[in-house]
Amino acid sequence: MTDATAEQTTSSQSRFGQTILGTLREFALVPPIIGLIAVGAWVDGNFLTLANLATILGASAALSLMVLGEALIVITGKFDLTLESNVGITPALGAMLVIPATSAGFGTEWPVAPALLATLLAGALIGFLNGFMIVKLRLNAFIVTLAMLIVLRGLHVGITEGQTLWDMPDSFFWLATQTLFWMPMSVWLALLIFAAAGIFMRYHRIGRAIYAIGGNADAARAAGIRVDRITWGVFVFAGFLAAIAGIILTGYVGAISASQGEGMIFTVFAAAVIGGISLDGGRGSMIGALTGVLLLGIVQNILTLAQVPSFWIQAIYGLIILGSLMIARITNPKSQ
Amino acid sequence: MSHASTAGNDIQATTGPGHDPGSLPPVVEASNISKRFGSTVALKKAGIRVTHGRTHALVGRNGAGKSTLVSILTGLRSPDTGSVEFNGKAAPAVGDPREWQQHVACVYQHSTIIPDLTVVENLFINRQPKRFGLIDWPQMRREARELLDEWNVEVGVETLAGELTVEERQLVEIARSLSRGARFVILDEPTAQLDGKEINRLFQRIEELQAKGITFLFISHHLQEVYEICRDVTVFRDATHIVTSDVAHLPKEALINAMTGSTGSHALTDAAARERRSDGDVVASYKHLSSPAFRDVSFDVREGEIIGLTGASSSGRTELAEAVVGLAPFSAGELMVRGSPMKSGDVPTSLSLDVGCVPKSRHKQGLVLGQTIEENVSMPIFDRMGPFGFINPSLKEKEARIAIAELDIHANGPEHIVGELSGGNQQKVVFGRALSNGPALLVLIDPTAGVDVKSKTALLDQAEQLRQNGKGILLSSSEVEDLRICDRVHVLYHGKIVATFEAGWKESDLVASIEGLDK
Repeated sequence: MTDATAEQTTSSQSRFGQTILGTLREFALVPPIIGLIAVGAWVDGNFLTLANLATILGASAALSLMVLGEALIVITGKFDLTLESNVGITPALGAMLVIPATSAGFGTEWPVAPALLATLLAGALIGFLNGFMIVKLRLNAFIVTLAMLIVLRGLHVGITEGQTLWDMPDSFFWLATQTLFWMPMSVWLALLIFAAAGIFMRYHRIGRAIYAIGGNADAARAAGIRVDRITWGVFVFAGFLAAIAGIILTGYVGAISASQGEGMIFTVFAAAVIGGISLDGGRGSMIGALTGVLLLGIVQNILTLAQVPSFWIQAIYGLIILGSLMIARITNPKSQ
Repeated sequence: MSHASTAGNDIQATTGPGHDPGSLPPVVEASNISKRFGSTVALKKAGIRVTHGRTHALVGRNGAGKSTLVSILTGLRSPDTGSVEFNGKAAPAVGDPREWQQHVACVYQHSTIIPDLTVVENLFINRQPKRFGLIDWPQMRREARELLDEWNVEVGVETLAGELTVEERQLVEIARSLSRGARFVILDEPTAQLDGKEINRLFQRIEELQAKGITFLFISHHLQEVYEICRDVTVFRDATHIVTSDVAHLPKEALINAMTGSTGSHALTDAAARERRSDGDVVASYKHLSSPAFRDVSFDVREGEIIGLTGASSSGRTELAEAVVGLAPFSAGELMVRGSPMKSGDVPTSLSLDVGCVPKSRHKQGLVLGQTIEENVSMPIFDRMGPFGFINPSLKEKEARIAIAELDIHANGPEHIVGELSGGNQQKVVFGRALSNGPALLVLIDPTAGVDVKSKTALLDQAEQLRQNGKGILLSSSEVEDLRICDRVHVLYHGKIVATFEAGWKESDLVASIEGLDK
């Protein structure tokens, strides 16, 4: 394929048109987000203050990293429910390495830095185990991660004896409490990771391979892509991201309850799907995933500001997710 | 013959003999059908008229509008203009599948049988006999047995449908449609996945059913089959009806002209008629290679040579070709590619040894249908497109443009989604993918399966071109015509090479050898 007769079979205009269309689709959630911001400003004058925007973003940072990890796994054509237990047990482990035995710790009283490193490694290890069972043993991803979710939650409750861990030094919470340009560090970190992931998925061969695997694993294999290795790697990376999310969440709350993360996986999937990540695999963008998270974060914030009775928030939240899915279906018939 | 060469849209003017106005009304008559999908015209005032008891062939290149017509004839889509009549009466409204099923049935290339259910459940799916509002299983089994016996289908009613052979599966589908009342059955490329003997049995079966008053519309890319089994033939090209004729009045040459619209050179270069060289370096060397699918196979492929592998569908020819690509494992023996040993089942190693491959199934292994041409074509060389694994988008685009230009892919550009292309063009994209790493050895497995005549010729010409440029080519195919371009053809039978033919072989000898017949 070297001596191209280089006959341009298409005008550059149509390529341009297709690119624009593709980009527009990635930003499909931007208009609804702007609409919601307008609603928010109308509901409460404080909505548009810097402090409130920082609250929204700070509250979304942990979720966004979980959504990123889940999005990668779903694009690969797999499934991972363990992320919600992962965000609980990994920082709990880290915390117990740090805090004294009198506060329910292991009594090792490690400094914070190695403990956080252990947290990240634990997260990656959970992904590694999931990957082993799903990729190597070829077990069904849904059932494997459902079982793992229960096991991990059980371990978390077991080692902490159901107690809330709180006696960590301030530096343990640094990611969520330290601000830079009015925003918590967690927000900057999440943005940085999203930007890197966006570039990686679009321009790196492994990113492209992930899309190919989700689109058609056999064809990817026939093209020389190491399907198993990459899929496994994605599980490990998602576990790693969940551990970071766990650390952020811990800092945001200021403690680790035995139920940290419980129920979050539903929000994670909702944000990913609203953001245009196809549950069939092979399709979806990082920008989409990020806007999905933002949309849900803004909705939650508005509901709080509007002083909707907390008993009703869940029902309204669920309805909004359903509504967004239907709108997404109408605007982009090919998705889902 | 004179009317056969007339191109025109007027069906009446081109009806062949046997359309006696006094006899039964046509089983189906679609006239003046137009259908658009967005900006694409799928059918333009086209039509077909199938006479009672005369098996009718519908042929045309990929994208000629055959599938659209089938979807309209089976009530899956409504035409923009035109009408469909069954036995002289207007067709039911679109969206009423039960009504349509009484008139027409279609056995698709891709099964509509549910593999995890038993035969009896498949036969009576969604219309199970009931007793007191509950499914009456004994009754259902009885009826299923009667139905299968009536049409001589020898399969157990309790068998899981997934365990049936392709042949049995088709018969079950035909029986199911007949039980719904249809006496007109569309067969969409029924022979694509069958080997010689199975095809013969299917044809026998078609004739038996015809004698019982069933009329078939037969869609196939194998023109020989049209002559064997059909009485009438209708040709579509570029969304329009070209000709309808009695098969006997339309010689093969004229039929191909009608399909391609040109007095095209269908004849491929027969390897016997060209210069053959055996001085090229060995690019692939099989030495006593064995696996569950083949035993103790040895042969070489040299630069500037096309080596053919053929055999029945379970002969091991596919696995043998896949071994060198890393798609099929081998357990014993040695496989050398350009002097380096190839590991069993390792695609990346094979790619790094400069092997390119067009795999057996383009939908399963060849393409990611939801992605663009540039993505598919560049997939094997992602690691060569920029530093640290990052991909330079302009290189990807360039790769796609080269493929589009060299292989004459009809597409809007590098960003065209592959799933939206016609079958022939999709296969060209697979070819482009195989060529992207600049292979020294090109492995082609059934490269012309499900591809129209013109694309077929183009693809084989491309292979010949590559041979002239000094590539070694391994072609595994069951299409005798395709194997003409080979310097040498090895015939496999039950996993062993039973015969080797140098170019210039007689078709009957080769076929006899494939079927395991002694000469």
